[in-house]
Amino acid sequence: MPVRPKVHSLGPKPPFWRDRAKRALTFQLLLVAAVAAFLLYIIGNTQDNLAARGITTGFGFLTNTAGFGIVQSLIDYSSQSTYGRTFVVGLLNTLMVSALGILAATIIGFTVGIARLSPNWLIARLANAYIEIFRNIPLLLQIFFWYFAVLRAMPSPRDSMTLGEVAFLNVRGLFLPEPQFLSGFGFIPLAFGVAIVASIVLSIWNRRRHEATGKRLPAGWISLGLILGLPLLVLVVTGVPVTWDVPELRGFNFRGGFTVIPEFLALWLALSIYTASFIAEIVRSGIQAIPHGQTEAAQALSLPRNLVLRLVVVPQALRVIIPPLTSQYLNLIKNSSLATAIGYPDLVSVFAGTTLNQTGQAIEVITMTMAVYLTISLLVSMFMNWFNARVALVER
Amino acid sequence: MTIQHKMIAPRPAPRSTVGPLAWLRANLFSGPVNSFFTLLGLYLLYLLLTPTIQWAFLNADWIGTTRDDCSREGACWVFVSARFTQFIYGLYPRGEIWRVDVTFVTFAALIAWLALPRLPYKRWVAVAVLVVFPVFAYFMLYGGHFGLPLVETHRWGGLMLTLVLAVVGMVGALPIGILLALGRRSQMPIVKSFCVVFIEFWRGVPLITVLFMASVMLPLFMPTGVSVDRLIRAFIGITLFQSAYMAEVIRGGLQAIPRGQEEAAAALGMSYWMRMGLIVLPQALKMMIPGIVNTFISLFKDTTLVMIIGLFDLLGIVQAALSDSRWLGFSLEGYVFAAFMFWIFCFSMSRYSQYLERKLHTGHKR
Amino acid sequence: MTEQATQAGSGTPMVEMRGVNKWYGDFHVLRDIDFEVRRGERIVICGPSGSGKSTLIRCINHLEEHQSGEIVVGGIPLTQDVKRIEQIRRNVGMVFQHFNLFPHLTVLENCCLSPMWVQKKPRREAEEQAMRYLERVRIAEQARKYPGQLSGGQQQRVAIARSLCMHPEVMLFDEPTSALDPEMIKEVLDVMVELAKEGMTMLCVTHEMGFAKTVADRVIFMDQGQIIEENAPEPFFNDPQSERTQLFLSQILGH
Repeated sequence: MPVRPKVHSLGPKPPFWRDRAKRALTFQLLLVAAVAAFLLYIIGNTQDNLAARGITTGFGFLTNTAGFGIVQSLIDYSSQSTYGRTFVVGLLNTLMVSALGILAATIIGFTVGIARLSPNWLIARLANAYIEIFRNIPLLLQIFFWYFAVLRAMPSPRDSMTLGEVAFLNVRGLFLPEPQFLSGFGFIPLAFGVAIVASIVLSIWNRRRHEATGKRLPAGWISLGLILGLPLLVLVVTGVPVTWDVPELRGFNFRGGFTVIPEFLALWLALSIYTASFIAEIVRSGIQAIPHGQTEAAQALSLPRNLVLRLVVVPQALRVIIPPLTSQYLNLIKNSSLATAIGYPDLVSVFAGTTLNQTGQAIEVITMTMAVYLTISLLVSMFMNWFNARVALVER
Repeated sequence: MTIQHKMIAPRPAPRSTVGPLAWLRANLFSGPVNSFFTLLGLYLLYLLLTPTIQWAFLNADWIGTTRDDCSREGACWVFVSARFTQFIYGLYPRGEIWRVDVTFVTFAALIAWLALPRLPYKRWVAVAVLVVFPVFAYFMLYGGHFGLPLVETHRWGGLMLTLVLAVVGMVGALPIGILLALGRRSQMPIVKSFCVVFIEFWRGVPLITVLFMASVMLPLFMPTGVSVDRLIRAFIGITLFQSAYMAEVIRGGLQAIPRGQEEAAAALGMSYWMRMGLIVLPQALKMMIPGIVNTFISLFKDTTLVMIIGLFDLLGIVQAALSDSRWLGFSLEGYVFAAFMFWIFCFSMSRYSQYLERKLHTGHKR
Repeated sequence: MTEQATQAGSGTPMVEMRGVNKWYGDFHVLRDIDFEVRRGERIVICGPSGSGKSTLIRCINHLEEHQSGEIVVGGIPLTQDVKRIEQIRRNVGMVFQHFNLFPHLTVLENCCLSPMWVQKKPRREAEEQAMRYLERVRIAEQARKYPGQLSGGQQQRVAIARSLCMHPEVMLFDEPTSALDPEMIKEVLDVMVELAKEGMTMLCVTHEMGFAKTVADRVIFMDQGQIIEENAPEPFFNDPQSERTQLFLSQILGH
């Protein structure tokens, strides 16, 4: 039999309220009990209240007919559709305005952020003014400004503002010509695809060649030329197989073409401009976070200015920029819920608003809405953790 | 080989490198591209500023009481001045407005005391702001005691309501945030996961859904027959939402305090709450102030969302005034006024937080 | 003249400065600088902080711009021409006080960056050469690590190897040991002494007087933006001429 090692006695056992492990356990049990009691209390109250109002719980209402129309929908939708379909339409509209908002906010934000660091004093001041003005005014106020003060103040369809008699802007929205594709048009996306594949192959080949021989082609410019040039060439060769459905004034409104509703325009503009001011600040501080010694060391190694940026500054700055940038994207997605204030049919507006009012299923509707945003947040923070783990600088 | 040089007196820099002309050349016209951008910037400025100045100042109408006093060539500031009291105090009874003034002057004085460097007793003033002032403000604004007539919350509105919402949200969120942050750093698994879930839940949803929840779900949670004031519901929603953001700021501040501080306190025989209350939190709070001010700025802007659940904050009351049939068509003036008010508050607060950050950074250098 | 100086004196000029003046705003940092570095010469520049010694060597590879006077490096006059500046920088290596390694690249990638992108060498060739130089600074076994994983002395040796990979004819050292812990200073100085023995033209801003005594051909003392005194190390340390030099030497050697 093995000899049991002798353990030094820890002295007399303390009473349980002074024992650290037991104290922690008791405390946690108390917390669980308190949370459980609180939940039971509100669940009980809720059941009483629902019974008193005659509302049955459950998700059965999702298959009922909604009975209201939605002005903008990416999928087929009519007032005969179900509440479940309303949910999907709202979700898609939220995702659409968020995606386009993120695109525009990124472009404006990076431009302004880089301009903020310009050696040109005037440009730097203007960029700074942009940042300070737009980030210090509430987003909802900016949405109202674009919607009520700008777009709702547009002329009536008869007196539309126009660009070359093909695009029209009036109180009903923005009317753009819609392309109608004729036979043979299929070659153009094909050419586009071919150009993209060719660019990828070119960039891989170029990198291998650079590693093997030290020689390099300006692959970026060649790719840009290919991607723009090849489809254009095919377009000309096939005899431009596109006609444009130009919006036309019929009676009191425009017919034909492609309509962008003013609610979308106002929300998109405000979201992009507001979020861009935060992105600009992130880009500025990200670039400034790179010590000047890095640039000097690269210059001393005789790297030309564009390579100093491309090989030394940008890769390091991106590590600093991307985490706060994704959280701004997340904010933009959450902020798109302000759509409800001007009636853009996003998830909160058509589901947590109209559907909730019509059905009274508050618990289910609010839970589903919050679940959507929580899922998006969770996905984004998972991406962020993955990214941080991947690019974290190795320190000891 | 020994070379000993004579001392050379400093000379002024050549004309071409100093003075206003050199500044212009270096900062605005250092090359053809730069010159182009300068001219483009000037042109943009001209395009933006001339109509703005003409509209807002040169052609604007300032004096009068009705819309007929406006020429409609520029801004009609008469609209704003006619509605000014309402924009600031909402529907608060005219005779009782002094109570709002006294409350906010007191608040401003306390905050100024905290913000200005070199004034003594900061800790006691902070306690006054967080504990005594809310009680005082309740009796002043709501009334019903000490001979002050009661003012129902549905009469509260305008800038006053915006400030009340933001301050209450902040004061309520601070203690909850501290507890959540400590809980998130705790070694007790249940406490820790409870805090993580709580924080990430509120941070993951938009404020508007929280307000919807507070306004339609909260009444369901209450015992049958008990109704909660609409303003209280907004307070609860905003406080919970804000406490999650506050917790993250506080956690950041706690992380900045070296472990050695807590270990030293433990070595001196202090209990957990003594270590936190006497050693860690006082140091951490100082570093958190810029972050706290920044979350306050977002909260201040976010209070505008309460108009969606039917409260009339500054933006809500401006929006309501725009639909007054006597004053149709002055939305631009209304928004510009509201934007200006919000901007002044947010801009000065953000400047203050930047100043603090700079002070903290220089203080930590050798 | 010492023997060393005579030998070095036979070389052709590598760096020439004539009447160089520089201002930061209204502050006159470099005043009428005139001096010449011959090929193979080792020069140590010392002086109190703020005397302009770092600014002086940073003008040589145009990290700072001078406002009047003439600088010629390896026969190429320094002008505003970007191509010419790059040409000079290819010929001039620089080692910084804070190493300035690129933290997102491994040690090996740090050393291959410029050879691959500027000299357009194939990766294999660039890596082989980098490994040779890393071996010379005795750090080849760390080649796949990131700078953040190395000690200060190791980082500085990598920085020296990185510069050498461009085959410079002149090396500039800007206080290479000031940011290092005492026990790491020697490993960096050893590498610099070896480099000097191999005949590299070197300009070192440093306060390491032991280094100056063993390897320098000339010591230059600067104060208030001007060259106060220059001499071979032995007379410079034993018989300083100017009062300022005496004061400075007594301050740094005095205790």
